[in-house]
Amino acid sequence: MEYTLFILLLPLCSFLLLGLLDSKISKTAAGIIGTMSLGAVTLLSYFTAFEYFTADRVNGVFEKVVPYNITWLPLGDLHFDMGILLDPISVMMLIVISTVSLMVHIYSFGYMKGERGFQRYYAFLSLFTMSMLGLVVATNIFQMYLFWELVGVSSYLLIGFYYTTPAAIAASKKAFIVTRFADMFFLVGILIYGYYCKSFGFDFNAEGFAAGAFMLPTALVLMFIGGAGKSAMFPLHIWLPDAMEGPTPVSALIHAATMVVAGVFQIARLFPLWIQYAPEAMTIVVWVGVITAFYAAAVACVQSDIKRVLAFSTISQIAFMMVALGVCLPGEHGAVIDNHASLGYMASMFHLFTHAMFKALLFLGAGCIIHAVHSNEMSAMGGLRKYMPITHITFLIACLAIAGIPPFSGFFSKDEILTACMHYSPVVGWIMTGVAAMTAFYMFRLYFGIFWGTENKELHAHHTPHEAPLAMTLPLMVLTCITLVAGFIPFGHFVSASGEAYDIHLDWTVAATSIVVAVVSIALATYIYAGSRQPVAEKLHDAYPRLHRWAFKRFYLDEVYQFVTHRIIFAYISRPIAWFDRNVVDGFFNFLAWGTHKLSHAIRGLQSGSVQLYAQVFLLGILVIILILIM
Amino acid sequence: MENILYLSTFVFIPLVMLLGLWLAKNVNQVRGVMVAGSTALLALAIHLTARFLGDRAAGETAEMLYTGAVSWFEPLNICYSVGVDGISVAMILLSAIIVFTGTFASWQLKPLTKEYFLWFTLLSMGVFGFFISIDMFAMFMFYEIALIPMYLLIGVWGSGKKEYSAMKLTLMLMGGSAFLMCGIFGIYFDAGASTMNILDIAKHGVALDNQYLWFPMTFVGFGVLGALFPFHTWSPDGHASAPTAVSMLHAGVLMKLGGYGCFRIAMYLMPQAAHELGWIFLILTGISVVYGAFSACVQTDLKYINAYSSVSHCGLVLFAILMMNETACTGAVLQMLSHGLMTALFFALIGFIYGRTHTRDIRELSGLMRIMPFLSVCYVIAGLANLGLPGLSGFVAEMTIFVGSFENTGTFYTTLTIIACTSIVVTAVYILRLVGKILYGTCTNEHHLHLTDATWDERFSVICLIACVAGLGIAPLWVSNLIGDGVAPIINQLDKFIVLNPFM
Repeated sequence: MEYTLFILLLPLCSFLLLGLLDSKISKTAAGIIGTMSLGAVTLLSYFTAFEYFTADRVNGVFEKVVPYNITWLPLGDLHFDMGILLDPISVMMLIVISTVSLMVHIYSFGYMKGERGFQRYYAFLSLFTMSMLGLVVATNIFQMYLFWELVGVSSYLLIGFYYTTPAAIAASKKAFIVTRFADMFFLVGILIYGYYCKSFGFDFNAEGFAAGAFMLPTALVLMFIGGAGKSAMFPLHIWLPDAMEGPTPVSALIHAATMVVAGVFQIARLFPLWIQYAPEAMTIVVWVGVITAFYAAAVACVQSDIKRVLAFSTISQIAFMMVALGVCLPGEHGAVIDNHASLGYMASMFHLFTHAMFKALLFLGAGCIIHAVHSNEMSAMGGLRKYMPITHITFLIACLAIAGIPPFSGFFSKDEILTACMHYSPVVGWIMTGVAAMTAFYMFRLYFGIFWGTENKELHAHHTPHEAPLAMTLPLMVLTCITLVAGFIPFGHFVSASGEAYDIHLDWTVAATSIVVAVVSIALATYIYAGSRQPVAEKLHDAYPRLHRWAFKRFYLDEVYQFVTHRIIFAYISRPIAWFDRNVVDGFFNFLAWGTHKLSHAIRGLQSGSVQLYAQVFLLGILVIILILIM
Repeated sequence: MENILYLSTFVFIPLVMLLGLWLAKNVNQVRGVMVAGSTALLALAIHLTARFLGDRAAGETAEMLYTGAVSWFEPLNICYSVGVDGISVAMILLSAIIVFTGTFASWQLKPLTKEYFLWFTLLSMGVFGFFISIDMFAMFMFYEIALIPMYLLIGVWGSGKKEYSAMKLTLMLMGGSAFLMCGIFGIYFDAGASTMNILDIAKHGVALDNQYLWFPMTFVGFGVLGALFPFHTWSPDGHASAPTAVSMLHAGVLMKLGGYGCFRIAMYLMPQAAHELGWIFLILTGISVVYGAFSACVQTDLKYINAYSSVSHCGLVLFAILMMNETACTGAVLQMLSHGLMTALFFALIGFIYGRTHTRDIRELSGLMRIMPFLSVCYVIAGLANLGLPGLSGFVAEMTIFVGSFENTGTFYTTLTIIACTSIVVTAVYILRLVGKILYGTCTNEHHLHLTDATWDERFSVICLIACVAGLGIAPLWVSNLIGDGVAPIINQLDKFIVLNPFM
């Protein structure tokens, strides 16, 4: 499958072309070049998937295919390779990334129309897509790290796309530095992994892994910290809500569907190692996920900026995927990986797939709304359903999907996750069910706040909201179709923990519970928020003002970080070091120079040229020598 | 003899250039001489690299190729002996690139253009001479030739507190030279006082007891130039005051002389002492790496930020050398190349921006992206290279160093490596702070609104450097092989004397 190389090369070429030409070509031409190359990539990805999944299974699993692998940089006994690895999860990710990316490319034609730097925008989109594709097809952990850094930079560039607004500059900086901080742990993890296991590769049957087994839990947990940074897990999630300063299609692509699931993908990629060598350490993954899911859902319930609500919802949903990976258990009957015990793996990947589609849909829908009312705040919205019918319907479907209502795709994947959680521990299972209820609640609060409720007549008076152009609504419709049918994909046949085909069974007790919970939450949200006036919401707000305030301020975590970075790092580390350098270290050398100067001043009198003085000293000297000799 | 002539061309070309500059009558003739000369040097450096790689591929296994010697001063056995291995070839190539781009970066320099280029050429002669020599005394002499012009270049054509900085830089480096000279003569007499040739001394060996004395002397002597903590303070002042091309050459190449000398003389000739005393310097370099990065975070002058960043990155060079294994040392040389290119690019850009805005204070600059898009985009690229973006040179060098450093077992080494790793985060902090402050946002200074973007000569020099940074970052394999070939014999020499340090 040599043609897979073009999946990486095409976006790279389009990045270089658009980046170098920049404003020398027209905006439309730039958009067409970017979209065409992405279209070709999408076709190639689908073709790859078709060819890969229709190939014969060997011993019940799809074989790994490595069309390319070259040594990029030798590192002593180790080597840093670059190549392409096709296996079920990487092929699945190719589909997700290329689909969402193509939709975003088309959508951006409408959304970014007339923006300054349109060409640059498409160049960065290509760069991002190339990096993300490179990340998922990596043949070894170091290649993954390389592209991991590249997606970080493209995310930085795209968040800071509106580089004249201070908020965007701050947000891009924050996103990069927070993820970089986490990446440092990832890097140390890789170093430990490489040193003890004698390989950076993903061929886990090699002998080195058994030899390095005692260090693997440490290495894996360190890498997980890196993944937690990228996937915005608590407490490293703070960059994601701010990242919403970027253009909305970028939020859909990078901060909802693809880059932020890199952490989940990383754990899935190293899953055989986790389950075999570090099953205890997976508890950390579970609890980090549980805390994040709950925290983010709680914050999402009170935010007023629609993109922030969606951002917290993304954090919460990614946490679902993390939890699902964490709750996998080693097989009981000798086999290390057992599809039943590791149901969470399949569920996590399934949720990754469905979530990418409906969350991209939600963000793109939000983009249409922002495009129509020129504001992110819910106070500027309300009653938009009659102006924007297509956006309304697609948004509603996405909300139903994320809330877990059958037959939309989110129901199926979330149900598998809850089943896996229940199997692991009822405590985790019930907490996650509770979070699922909160999800349904805040999503419908958002939905009613945008499309129902009181219309902001004052704002609409001089600017009537209108439906978005076709370039923007077409991707919405495509993603809606996927959301409608994705749940019925026999996902276990393609991706499963052991690689063998696995039939998804709905556990009806879990399914019924989650449906009931979701319906109740939606009903509650309808009761509170659907009317033109919202007495219950106001009463709740008045009854618990402090709780509302804390949640709205995201429990003041940003302030804590601000304090740590500015007060501690700048004021108590950097400034003293800089002072020490100028005054103590440099002062010492200046002192040397000063001392030399003074000393020469002091002794220059000795060389005055006065013969009498010379004679005096001469005589004194002789006297001293005589005295010494006598004594 | 043919070999001597071949390698000596690197010294002859600058000599001819000096003659040409002396005869030149106007600015255009000066520029003509400079362009012709630096192009010839670059072409020759590329030819040398190609020939070297070709000969290695053809099976030449000698440690140094193209060796030759002419007796110079019989009583002290001083010879002019030349020879190159992978490391020196890489360094020569780097120097040629920097001299070439530096010429274009100082295209519009005034006044005293002719005199400026005379000293600049003399400086580059010293640098090339240093890298082709394998005789300790000849190396020392060329080292001094490279140092002296610096005083005048900063003192006359510099900016800010230029007299103070020039004096400080020269005196501190001279202080290092004094140590170095003691060290070199110590080694010479210890090794039997029959030769100054490094290869011969390495075969002969230096008495163990005396290694404890000469190793710190030579290491500190070269370390001063390599910005070893606490002898680095000349660097911020010196770089801040120096004119653009001089900063480029100094940070890009001259600081590499330090790392190169530490590796080739101090460690190669005195392996036992390197093993036993290395930990002291390892701690110092570990401090340099983090200390430089943190200091850079709060600076307000563009050149100070970059100078402290250089302290951090050059600290990483010495740090990796002291790890004493092949991967780390290859990484060290890669880092020298990468830092040389990257920092030259940075200083060039800072020089161009300063030439327009007449200020380097980041509090007075903002929103330059709209005003000078070309320079600003290049600045972002330089910044990203500095913080180790994959695809540019910094990533390759840093990763090689970290993987190499991790090969050393023992908590001591692991801890230091992890501490050094933290610098990549701090680097991101100061680079992004800088980029956010001066390039992004809207321009608030009305005097800056009508400034123009880069001229053709500036563009040319910047594009050349970016191409090199990207080239090294995208296809590091051949450079890494080239360097590894030079590093291996030195590591073999070091491995003969593995002695545990007290921390293991």
